[in-house]
Amino acid sequence: MNKIGSYLNFHAQALELRSRRNEILASNIANAATPNFKARDLDFDSEIKRHVGIGPLQTTNEQHFPTTVAATGNKMLFREPINPSLDGNTVELSVEQMEFSENVTRYQTTLTFLNNRITGLMSAIRGE
Amino acid sequence: MSEIKNIFDISGRAMAAQLVRLNTVASNLANAGTIASTKEEAFRALKPVFQTTYADQMKHSGVSTVDVVTVAEASRAPEKAFMPHHPSADADGFVFRAAVDENEEMVEMVEASRQYQNNVEVISTIRALMMRTINMGK
Repeated sequence: MNKIGSYLNFHAQALELRSRRNEILASNIANAATPNFKARDLDFDSEIKRHVGIGPLQTTNEQHFPTTVAATGNKMLFREPINPSLDGNTVELSVEQMEFSENVTRYQTTLTFLNNRITGLMSAIRGE
Repeated sequence: MSEIKNIFDISGRAMAAQLVRLNTVASNLANAGTIASTKEEAFRALKPVFQTTYADQMKHSGVSTVDVVTVAEASRAPEKAFMPHHPSADADGFVFRAAVDENEEMVEMVEASRQYQNNVEVISTIRALMMRTINMGK
């Protein structure tokens, strides 16, 4: 990966993972009234380590294919309900709303970091 | 059912499902207190049946939305009442009241509208995030 790419890589991966988690939390909120639905989530901490740790495959010859390990197949977990309900649904709106708003805030934080890095690069390129 | 493409599909279809639920509540409440001459003719409460629709597991694991698979009649039996002067009374003077529990329907209505609002909130938040992401690097 080139220098600029690797400079932005960590936050780009984090942004992708945050957006994936947003989708999962939205699914939980969508299924708040479905009997027997089990709320899902992913552990951001371990996932980001896995995503950043793997990275692209090292190539020693220019005829090698530079493959990247696809960022799919996240390890999905099930949420443990605080107050289990009779219909087998484990979505608790208070919990999901908290997680969702936290995730949105962290997404915006990552976006700000990414913006700062891009602005820094731009000013370095312009040399002003 | 069609494939789930993005977060707007997830929340949009959930909103549609909650709207079906609100519609059944409206029709149940509108028919509460109606009277019929036979048990079969009496109105029975309608209930939507929700089911989770999962996205393609390979691409989006853990992503799902909700769809209404059917609208079923509740099993509550119509109430038999003795009203001999009612125009719909049968030969023995009995009528049958619609099998609708108004309190249950009101609770259902509040819950459906709250969950609808939650989905609206998700969509508007995500839309704001997308707008900020589009402007990245400016």
